[in-house]
Amino acid sequence: MSEQVLERARESETRLGIVDCDIHPMLRSETALLPYLSQRWREELTTNGLRTRNPFVASYAVPKATPALSRRDSWPPSGGPPGSDLDFMRAQYLDPYGIETGILQVLIPSGKDQRNPAFGAALCAALNDWQVAEWTAPEPRLKASIIIPAEDAEASVAEIARCAGQRDFVSVFISARTTEPLGRKRYWPIFAEAERQGLPIGIHTGGSNGIAKTPSGWPSFYFEDHFGDALAMQPLLTSLVLEGVFEAFPGLKVAMIEGGFGWAPSLGWRLDQHWARMRSEVPHVKHPPSHYIRRQVWFATQPIEEPAERRDLRALIDWIGWDRLVFASDYPHWDMDDPRLAFKIALDEAETRAVFRGNASAAYRLA
Amino acid sequence: MTAPERDADDSDQADESAARLRALKPIDCDIHPPTPVMAELLPYLDDHWHEVMVSRGIDGLGLASYPPGAALSARPEWRGADGRPGGDLDLLRREALAPWNTRLAICHCLHGAAAMFSEDMGAALARAVNDWVAAEWLDREPLLRASILVSPRSAELAVAEIERCAADPRFVAVLLLAGGEMPLGRRAHWPIYAAAARLRLPIGIHAGSDFHNPITNVGWPSYLVEDYVDQAVIFQHQLLSLIGEGVFTKFPDLRVVLIESGFTWLPAFLWRATKEWRALRSEVPWVDRSPAEIVREHVRVTLQPTDAPPAPEDLARVMEQIGAERLLLFSTDFPHWQWDGGAVLPAGLPARLLPRIAVETPLETFPRLRHPAVPPRAPAIPIEGFAP
Repeated sequence: MSEQVLERARESETRLGIVDCDIHPMLRSETALLPYLSQRWREELTTNGLRTRNPFVASYAVPKATPALSRRDSWPPSGGPPGSDLDFMRAQYLDPYGIETGILQVLIPSGKDQRNPAFGAALCAALNDWQVAEWTAPEPRLKASIIIPAEDAEASVAEIARCAGQRDFVSVFISARTTEPLGRKRYWPIFAEAERQGLPIGIHTGGSNGIAKTPSGWPSFYFEDHFGDALAMQPLLTSLVLEGVFEAFPGLKVAMIEGGFGWAPSLGWRLDQHWARMRSEVPHVKHPPSHYIRRQVWFATQPIEEPAERRDLRALIDWIGWDRLVFASDYPHWDMDDPRLAFKIALDEAETRAVFRGNASAAYRLA
Repeated sequence: MTAPERDADDSDQADESAARLRALKPIDCDIHPPTPVMAELLPYLDDHWHEVMVSRGIDGLGLASYPPGAALSARPEWRGADGRPGGDLDLLRREALAPWNTRLAICHCLHGAAAMFSEDMGAALARAVNDWVAAEWLDREPLLRASILVSPRSAELAVAEIERCAADPRFVAVLLLAGGEMPLGRRAHWPIYAAAARLRLPIGIHAGSDFHNPITNVGWPSYLVEDYVDQAVIFQHQLLSLIGEGVFTKFPDLRVVLIESGFTWLPAFLWRATKEWRALRSEVPWVDRSPAEIVREHVRVTLQPTDAPPAPEDLARVMEQIGAERLLLFSTDFPHWQWDGGAVLPAGLPARLLPRIAVETPLETFPRLRHPAVPPRAPAIPIEGFAP
C-alpha cells in the first residue's frame, strides 16, 4: 500500500469521528475503588483482597508481554498505570485520533471471576459507578459497558436493570472465559434482560475460569496464552448457536471483542456442515448456524487480521458482512491497533464509514 | 445448510474426478477398524492383565468422542449387522477399499487405551490393541497399514511400545489423541518424538479427547455436534504448542499429521500464529521460522472432513492458501459419516492436485509405505533406525 493511500485514509477517518468499541480504563490503584464499596466489601478488599482462580496474588497466570499489558508510552506522567488518567487518555488517544465515541471495557479487577460471588457482584456495581463518576460524566465522548458477575445470572440481571436506565451505558460486558460454555441455560436470564433493554452484549477475550487455557492443559508461553484467549471465542460462539440462544432471543446482539474475526468464516462452514448431519440432536437450532452468526453477531476489528495476501482480508469481511465489523483499538494495551494503520487494504469511503463509525453507531444505538 | 444441490455438470465433474482417483490407486490415510471390545483383546493380554480385565469386568473402552450409535461414527450403510461402526473386514474391503481402487489404507484404531489414567493399564491395553490390529486386520488384508496406538501418560512406556511395533514395517505412524492432559509440545512428550523421528514414523494426531480436560477452555459443551465442531479448536491449540515449544526445531525430521481435523481453519490460524510470532518471538527464540513456514514443512492434514465453504471457488482458494499440493492427504475417514454417495472429493478440489494428494504426498509423509510389508517372523526385536 502506498503512503498516499494512508494519507487519504487518515484525513477521512479524522473527519468521520471514529467509534472505538474497546478502550480500557484502569483504576489508579486498588484503593481508588474504596469510595464505591460498602464498609463490608471495603474490608474484604483490603484484607483478603481479590481472589480468583489464578495462582498469584497480583499477577496473571501466564505473565504478559509488557508491564500492565500496555504500550510502553502509555504510562501517564501523573503516575498510575496506563489507562488511569483521563486527561492523558484524551491527549494521547481521543483527541489526536478523532475518537468521537469510545466504549469502555473494564477488565481489572474482574468481578465475574471472584471466587466470593457476593464480593464479585459488589465489585461489578462499584466499577459501574466508578465508570460513570470518573469517566463518562466528565468525558461525554466515553460510554460505559455494564460490568456483571456473569456466573450469577440473578445478580447480573439486577445489575443490568440498575444501570440500563442511564444513557452512559451502551452495552453489557462479559469476559469470554466463563466457567461453562456461555450458551448454557444458566446464563439465559442475562440474555433476556440485555435483549429487553436493547443492549448488545460485548464478549471480550480474557478472564479466568479455572479451566486450562487449552483443552489439553496449560500452555507454557504467552505466545500460546494470548492466542488461546482468542481461540476461546470459537467454542463460545459455537455454544451460543447450538444451545439455541439466538433462536430464543432473536433481538439479542452480540459483539465479539478482541478475538479477531479471521476464524469466523471457517467456523461457520464447519458448524453448517456438521449441524446438517447431526441436527436431530439440536432440533431447537432451526437454521444453519451461519445464519444466526450473520444475523446477530458483530465482530470488533482488533487485533486486525493480517493474511499473507491482502486480498484475503477482503474475502473474510465479505463473509462476515461489511455491516458487521466494528473498529476497536484496545488502547492502551501493547497490541492495540492504530485506526490509521490497522487495515492493510484500502477501504473505500462507504466501507470506511461503516467500519469506523456507522456499524457501531447502529449496533450500540449511539446516534 | 445442506450441501448445495448439484446440477448435471457438477455431477459429471464429480464422476470424472472419481474415475481419475481410481486410476491413480490412491492411498487412504484415515480409515478406522471397529473399536475392539474386551473379549477381542483378551487373547492379546498377558496373564496378569487378562485376569485384571476379567475379574474387574473392565470393558466398554471405546472413546466417548465417538458414541457408536451416533451419525458421526458411521454412515448407515457402513455398519455391521449388529450396528457396529465399520462392521468387519468384508465391509471394509467392499465399502472403503474397492470403490476407490485403493492402493494402501492406514488404519487408526480409536480405543480408550489412550485415555486411561493408569500409565500401566493404558500401556497394556495399547499393546493389546496394536497386536489385535496386526493379527486381525494387517495379517488378513495386505492393503492395510496401521498407526501405533500409545498412551502419552508415560513417554517411557509409549517409546517402548513404539519401538516394539516399529519392528513391523506395516506400522507406519504413531497415533495420539488431539485432546489430552498436557499440551503436546511439552518436554514430557519429547521422547515420543525422538523415537518417532528416528524410526521414520510421523506423529498422527487424531480428533477426539481423553476428557482429562474439558474439551473447550470455556468448559464442557452440551451436545455431541458441539463437541465435534470444537475438535478443530483443540487441534489449533496443539499446533500452537508444538510450534511454541520448539518441537520442530528440536526434531527437524519430525512430521505431524492432523487426522480428521478439518483444515479450512488453517489459513486463518496461520495468519494469526504468524502475527503472534512476529510480536512475541523474543519469548520463544527457538522458534526460528514463522509458524506458516514450520507448518508447510512439518505438518500434513487429511482430507475428510473437508468443512468446505458453500462455493467451490472458495475451497479452491483455501487449497491455494494452505499449499494443498504439499499438505493434503487423501482420506475417506471410513466409516465416519463425513460425505454422502461417492462424493469423497469435495467440489472445488482442483483435479491437478489429485496425484499429489492421493499418492505422492502420502508416500512422502509416511516413508514406510514405500517398504515391502513383511511382518516380523518371530518375537519382535526393535530395529534401530529401520533402514528402508
